[in-house]
Amino acid sequence: MEKVLTRNIGFDQKPTDLKAYEANGGYRGLRKALADMSPKDCQDLISDSKLRGRGGAGFPTGMKWSFVPGEDKCGPGHKYLVCNADEMEPGTFKDRLLMECDPHQLIEGMILAAYTIGADISYVFIRGEYVLAIQRLRDALAECYAAGLLGDNVLGSGYKLDMYVHPSAGRYICGEETALINALEGKRANPRAKPPFPQVSGLWGRPTIVNNVETLCNIPHIIDRGAEWFKSLGIGEDAGTKLFGVSGKVNNPGCWELPMGTPIREIIEVHAGGMQEGYQLKGFLPGGGSTDFLTHEHLDLAMDYNVIGAAGSRMGTGTMIILDDRTCPVGMVLNLIRFFAHESCGFCTPCREGLPWTRQVLQDIEDGRGQPEDLETLAYQVNYIGALGNTHCALAPGAMEPLQSALKYFYDDFKQHISSGRCPYH
Amino acid sequence: MPTIFIDGQELQVKDGENVLEACLNAGLDLPYFCWHPAMGSIGSCRQCALVQYQNEDDSRGRIIMGCMTPVTEGARFSLQGDKAKEFREAVVESLMLNHPHDCPVCAEGGECHLQDMTVMVGHSQRRYTGQKNTYRNQYLGPLIHHEMNRCITCYRCERYYKDYAGGKDLGAQASHDHLYFGRHEEGVLESEFSGNLVEVCPTGVFTDKPFLKQYSRKWDLQSAPSICTGCAVGCNIAPGERYGKLKRVHNRYNHEVNGYFLCDRGRFGSGYVNSDARLDYAGIKKPDDSFMAVHQQQALETAAGWIKGKKVAAIGSPRASLEANYLLREMVGAKNFAAGFSDTEAPLMSAVALILKTTKAQIPSIKKIEAADAILVLGEDVTNTAPRVALALRQSVRNKSFELAAQMGLPQWQDAAVRNLAQDQRSPMIIVSAMDTKLDDVASECISLAPDQIADLTVAIVAALANQASGNNEQANQIAQILQSAKNPLIVTGSSMLNLGIIDGAVAIAEALCTDDTSAMLSVCVPESNSIGAALLRSGSDDAIGLTLSDLVNNAPDVLLVMENDLERRLSPDEMHKLMGKGTKVISMDMLENPTLGASDMVLPAASYAESQGSLVNMEGRAQRYFPVFEPTAERLPSWQWLLKLGAITGHKALSKLNHFDEVVAACANSQAEFTDLARAAPDNSFRDRGLKIPRQTHRYSGRTAMNAGVSVHEPQQPHDTESPLAYSMEGLNRDQPSSLTPFVWSPGWNSNQALQKFQAEVDGPLKGGTAGQHLVVSSTMGYTAISSLSKGASQQVKSTAVKMQPHQWQLVPVHRVHGSDELSVNTDEIAELAGCAFVALGAVVAEKLAVTDGDGVVLGCGDTQLSLEVKVLRRVAKNCVGYSAGYKETLALQPATLVTLTKDAKWQRREPQLIASDRTIPDPIILDPNIAKGGSAHV
Repeated sequence: MEKVLTRNIGFDQKPTDLKAYEANGGYRGLRKALADMSPKDCQDLISDSKLRGRGGAGFPTGMKWSFVPGEDKCGPGHKYLVCNADEMEPGTFKDRLLMECDPHQLIEGMILAAYTIGADISYVFIRGEYVLAIQRLRDALAECYAAGLLGDNVLGSGYKLDMYVHPSAGRYICGEETALINALEGKRANPRAKPPFPQVSGLWGRPTIVNNVETLCNIPHIIDRGAEWFKSLGIGEDAGTKLFGVSGKVNNPGCWELPMGTPIREIIEVHAGGMQEGYQLKGFLPGGGSTDFLTHEHLDLAMDYNVIGAAGSRMGTGTMIILDDRTCPVGMVLNLIRFFAHESCGFCTPCREGLPWTRQVLQDIEDGRGQPEDLETLAYQVNYIGALGNTHCALAPGAMEPLQSALKYFYDDFKQHISSGRCPYH
Repeated sequence: MPTIFIDGQELQVKDGENVLEACLNAGLDLPYFCWHPAMGSIGSCRQCALVQYQNEDDSRGRIIMGCMTPVTEGARFSLQGDKAKEFREAVVESLMLNHPHDCPVCAEGGECHLQDMTVMVGHSQRRYTGQKNTYRNQYLGPLIHHEMNRCITCYRCERYYKDYAGGKDLGAQASHDHLYFGRHEEGVLESEFSGNLVEVCPTGVFTDKPFLKQYSRKWDLQSAPSICTGCAVGCNIAPGERYGKLKRVHNRYNHEVNGYFLCDRGRFGSGYVNSDARLDYAGIKKPDDSFMAVHQQQALETAAGWIKGKKVAAIGSPRASLEANYLLREMVGAKNFAAGFSDTEAPLMSAVALILKTTKAQIPSIKKIEAADAILVLGEDVTNTAPRVALALRQSVRNKSFELAAQMGLPQWQDAAVRNLAQDQRSPMIIVSAMDTKLDDVASECISLAPDQIADLTVAIVAALANQASGNNEQANQIAQILQSAKNPLIVTGSSMLNLGIIDGAVAIAEALCTDDTSAMLSVCVPESNSIGAALLRSGSDDAIGLTLSDLVNNAPDVLLVMENDLERRLSPDEMHKLMGKGTKVISMDMLENPTLGASDMVLPAASYAESQGSLVNMEGRAQRYFPVFEPTAERLPSWQWLLKLGAITGHKALSKLNHFDEVVAACANSQAEFTDLARAAPDNSFRDRGLKIPRQTHRYSGRTAMNAGVSVHEPQQPHDTESPLAYSMEGLNRDQPSSLTPFVWSPGWNSNQALQKFQAEVDGPLKGGTAGQHLVVSSTMGYTAISSLSKGASQQVKSTAVKMQPHQWQLVPVHRVHGSDELSVNTDEIAELAGCAFVALGAVVAEKLAVTDGDGVVLGCGDTQLSLEVKVLRRVAKNCVGYSAGYKETLALQPATLVTLTKDAKWQRREPQLIASDRTIPDPIILDPNIAKGGSAHV
């Protein structure tokens, strides 16, 4: 298989500098777009490519961009492109790889995206702990400014774009695009009510596009090599390649670029090397901490947005967390809920109060204090805070996904905790 | 008008409103927390959930938030369906996880929105077995008590305090289920509007601290519709009484005046009503200058003896009711009556009265001020002189954001979205003042000029508006251009600089902006609650100018009647001495001990606003009636009753024919054209609702027959109110009467102040009982002509002195403070604490030159007078100007525009920083008010 996003990333994980990046075809897409393509052409090409957002929701990128109003509608002023590099989904480490090892690929993608939507200012909103990525991005930006790839006159085309790296002060919720925008404005990182969507009224009240790192990294290649080529990369119904990751008790945990639609079994058994000796696979979260568990019966499914969706989960970030037979599922869910309860912004009632309550019930069960009615309470919580629309944003519904599927697939484990008054895994 | 369906019921709703508003307007009970009619929606509490169905066939539906969902034609909702009800109950259950079960000891109990909503959704069983979160409370100053454990995180406090009122020092901190609403550290809340937190908070996090010290349940309070006497805005208030003490003041909604909010002077400044310095008995001065207490009748007979056959003059008061002032004028005759303004203030007040009567500009209500899209403030620090107007101005600069939102099809009630869209884009507001004002933070431009220069600038702006700009005053041209391009321009000015030139200039600008299709708005702030009433009275008398105080000083009468006026605030010590000298018998009636009473020969105890009734004319010429909350104790009488009794005993031709308040109103209405509609300010004594008077007490009022059992077991009869349509009783309805007679709001299931929506014709709209009050003055729109003969006062003085300015001399400019500059409210302990001591306000350059900083002392030299005062350093001060605390006792002698010298006071002792002491003095439980016992024992 052809490596696209990771073609400049070697085992040494050294950063690719401007020279090396350009030597391997870098900024060819940008030069092509600035020379021959109007923003509309770029927009159409991305729409044709069927690229879907790699941050978790899988929203078609071209469609998202198409919502940005023209100057006739939004009046003169800034438009913004923001790269969501606040990679905080539990079990996810794909964007970090892209930023640390090939920062120019992201920058080129951002320049192209900004050019397409008519943005003149762009930000990389990056997780504060990604110290190395921040440094490497800043170094790369300095190279770009020196080489005229950014600034008042990008490659002599007359197009003006500035780019800044903004390290986050650190909340999971900053990965929600409107909370990210609030944080970028220096406000509390509470998500905003939608509508209005950021495409129309985002950063500083102006049209703003927020895209995930991996999504943006795909853009130069699509511009350079076309929509048909991109679509041909996928082996299932979705287009392109994807960084898939596996963590847990497997022999070779890691992150690999594979075609969209790669079967789960291949990812776990071939690329991740299968389960470690003495461990059996019990279930897995296919796309990060806020996706529903899948189990053995789903191993032959293709990692495509709709396929995983139909199985009752989400592709999310495409980075799996494996639950083995020697790890307590209740403890795993408790650990996740503890994280989400702590990361709730506290804006809306069901999330702010419901998650700590859920955490408390799970803690009781895990510690052997559980009561039979606790299972009803958990089911009630799933129903109360798990439905989109009941809460202000998707954090709490996401947090409920591992719980609701754990109750479905591992119900006996919960019951055993309660009936025996202790955690059977300890 | 779209049609929506709620539980199958067809509803015609208002276009553009949200589903929550539609439900409330239809009289349906839909619980809510974070939404507030004046602050719109953010969708945080998730309480107002309904189920929305796609169409008739959709039986599943999905949960939506009423406050975040606009009404659309044909939309179908379920309010009472199981799914919606279960969700709403779940939300309250969530809120209750950490809410303490301390209702019995919580000050909010009985008027708690959270209690009401909990009962409404039916949540009663606790399932959560975990620990409750606890928090440290903060000391927030003498006015607001903080109890964070009760917080349900609705964000209302932050949104009100920061977004609505422009405060900077209270907000949301921390995260997840440990959010904290408070200051960055303990300390006094900075906002002049902090008291509204008490009413905005749906539970007991922010409560009224002075009220806590003498606490009663809401249902035990006796209330009456009243008007704030703190300034000339005339906010409607609902004071509550128990055990003969005024316990607290709550907002009383008036759609056109105060809406939902009061300033802290209005809410907390009534403590003087309970003051020990109140006069209880009439007194006659003995030769040793002490007073001998006498009975009412004895005092009246003595006074009648003094008056008979003598030359009598009277001084009225801009803080007394129109009726009392009218009676006083009638008693002595218009030629012998002074309205009670100082000589500097009198011409300004005459001018303002004339402006109201003649201007072409539109005099806006406070609500209308919020519609202004370009504002020019001239000379006034509105936040400190007419606070509620400043709060309205803060909303008017948001019109730019509403304009932007409308372009996007975003409704105004989408509060967070509108604010995010507009960010810091605001409608233009230009402030021209001598010093910092508290609205500087939302102004598009602040210009610092000395008062006479402000007057000069107005002339240049008028010239620029008339296209006569000579081109050399670019500033004036720019301002003119901004005003001309606005749809609803507003000029705000006032008398606080005591400069007629500024007021005249403001009118000229406003009138120059009036064209055939646009009418510019003009708001003139005046200092006292009935300044306009007194000014109208005076100019309407036989003698157009009437007496000035100096006329009386120079030509002393035999007997002088002074009503509710501390002349020390209006006269120099010399003049005071001359007026109150031996030759004249002075009879004064007032509430609190003051220098005027001390210098009088006879004192009569007057009732406060809370114990009497009358009409006050606010800054826009609106007459509003206040009613007694409780009967005056001891031998106190309302001034109008003192005057009627005096009229009767002296056989005064007109006064002896009057017996009741309504007769006084009628006589006053007939006395001059401006007062013709006075009786329409409120219904008269004959008004009955279904045959009953309006009750001042709630139907749960407890202990009525036992309240005073600790004093006497003989149960006293309830007082009879023979003068108003209100009764000292629980009997009667408080439902459908005119709004001017609504003492409190309550509705079944709605015990908190949120019951107001049941009294409103529509959410955030006028009340069902109409808008209280009556516009007395309607402008003839012929245009205001500045009468130069009136302007012998301040403005020319300023101009002449400005020329003689020497180096090392500064021109005095009055600086007003919401807490401290007002005569009465500062007699409240909490307000006095906030007022601090008298001060001199310096610019940073002058402060540096004198080597002083905030809290240091300077000696202010003015002729022979040397005053040692505390320094406040301001951000911007006009060249050659220095501010002084206006209305503070220590600086009463200072006059604006005088030239002074400044030197550092080397001996000055800096005041200790404010102690955080109040938290330790949580009041003892009150079994019986000790003062009742004290008063009672005197009678036994």
